[in-house]
Amino acid sequence: MTQLALVIDLNVCVGCHACVTSCKEWNTSGWAGPMTDQRAYDEDPTGTFFNRVQTYEAGVFPHTETYHFPKSCLHCEDPPCVPVCPTGASYKREDNGVVLVDYDKCIGCKYCSWACPYGAREIDEKQRVMKKCTLCIDRITDMTLPESQRKPACVLACPTNARLFGDVHDPNSVVSVAIREEGGYPLQPEWGTKPANHYLPRRKTRIQIHEDELVRADNPLKKEQLPSLPEGGETLDDVAW
Amino acid sequence: MHPAFSVIFLTTLIGAGQGLFLALYTGQLYSLANLLPVQSDHFYSLGSLAALALLIGGLVASIFHLGRPERAWRAATQWRTSWLSREVIVLPAAMGLIFFYGLFHYLGWTDPLFVISQTLPVDITLIIGALGTLATFLLFLCTAMIYASLRFIKAWHSPLTVANFLFLGVASGFMLAAAFSAYLGINLVAFYGTWAVIATLLGAITRGISLYRNTRFRCKVDLKSAIGVHHSDLHQKAQGFMGGSFNTREFFHGKSDGFLRAVRYGFLLMVFVLPVVLIVLAYVLESARLPMVAFAIQYLGLVLERYHFFTEAKHPQNLYYQSMA
Ligand code: SF4
Ligand code: SF4
Repeated sequence: MTQLALVIDLNVCVGCHACVTSCKEWNTSGWAGPMTDQRAYDEDPTGTFFNRVQTYEAGVFPHTETYHFPKSCLHCEDPPCVPVCPTGASYKREDNGVVLVDYDKCIGCKYCSWACPYGAREIDEKQRVMKKCTLCIDRITDMTLPESQRKPACVLACPTNARLFGDVHDPNSVVSVAIREEGGYPLQPEWGTKPANHYLPRRKTRIQIHEDELVRADNPLKKEQLPSLPEGGETLDDVAW
Repeated sequence: MHPAFSVIFLTTLIGAGQGLFLALYTGQLYSLANLLPVQSDHFYSLGSLAALALLIGGLVASIFHLGRPERAWRAATQWRTSWLSREVIVLPAAMGLIFFYGLFHYLGWTDPLFVISQTLPVDITLIIGALGTLATFLLFLCTAMIYASLRFIKAWHSPLTVANFLFLGVASGFMLAAAFSAYLGINLVAFYGTWAVIATLLGAITRGISLYRNTRFRCKVDLKSAIGVHHSDLHQKAQGFMGGSFNTREFFHGKSDGFLRAVRYGFLLMVFVLPVVLIVLAYVLESARLPMVAFAIQYLGLVLERYHFFTEAKHPQNLYYQSMA
């Protein structure tokens, strides 16, 4: 079975929000209707987004490490948000594992958002239905697009290539290789929701080089360092050396 | 969680309505066993009407919780997996049974259909009432399991939630039955009052335990697990927006500790202490007013109790919305 997912590389994400804006642009202009905002240009603006980039800091200044953390629906393999939905509006697609909301069935009871431990769902105050990341289902399943374009808008927009997209059930996909070889991990694994999206940790490649590995004390090619022959010819000791 | 008044009124109103119906049917069973004097059909039909009105009030309140109430019928489709869907089915079923229970009493269809062991005359209201009792208990279960089944919200994820909804609903219903009998001048105040006190005390035990439990546990996950960075000194600098979002509105109550403490003492007093004192006083003084006051105070206390119930719940998504630098 296919399970499409994102792998987000926290090692290279620079927190530019290009994925946030491209997500909003693509999904607000799509067939599923706009993602409405309230007071967009006034005090206290708010609105519906599928994707947010947060920032965290580890350590105490000046010894800090900054993490930009893109956050969207993780398309859990065992999604707790789906069985609680009373209308069947929330469902997980059989063919590719994407978790979706049918906006024509949703009654806006918000129960699914209570059941998601990641806070990945947001109600649309205007349409009064629940919304969340669709992995750009209308792009990735659109066979009229060239294959290179059949990716979520955020993945195409990311300038640092921090967002990888593919099938985590195919061991040879780019995402599976990244998870396996770069230490990919899921969020809040304690709950057993098995998020399909994974994150790649900070990683720095450093090698330890000691001084004596650069300068060899006993370099045999350094002829001039050989002890000179004793005057008066070799002795038995010299042969042993 | 942010306390939603629609849900607070839904759960407290239907709880009292279910409890009232259980009180009526208990009364009928007792008089069948000759433990209580037989009441007029008028008493049962009027009581059922009151119970039905409370359930309808709850239903109306719940509509304000939905974004798209015009599609609410769809909510009956996923009863296999969703407790919310089950509630949506059981609530109208209970309402229908209570309606017919009251109607048959009103029409006086109480001639026995058959007699069991020559001592137990079974009429149609007895059968409908038994089904209604079943539906009522199922409804308590469904309503409570909506919260108790959310395993990420530890404050709710406990059998105590079911016990609280049941005992507190039954308590307020029997309290209302006592008030109702006092109003009609029927000599059942002591009977209903006693059961109301018993249910209130049981509720005090389970709610007390859940309050105690909820002050002293820690969430299974922390920020380290939430973002997967295992550093001992981790803090949030930005949430991805400056003006708030659904995540900051729906899952935070935004109330001070002092306010919540006041709510807590308020509901402990109004649900468990005052009604018991008042109903005992009513018995001693043979007052007709005091049972009504007792019910009114307990109901208002239950509104506070439900409010507190929501603020007790700490959602793990809040880990992602701790600060905005
Ligand atoms: S991240 Fe939340 S909304 Fe997305 S599938 Fe998992 S539980 Fe459901
Ligand atoms: S808000 Fe919509 S999708 Fe979510 S549980 Fe309710 S009906 Fe289902």
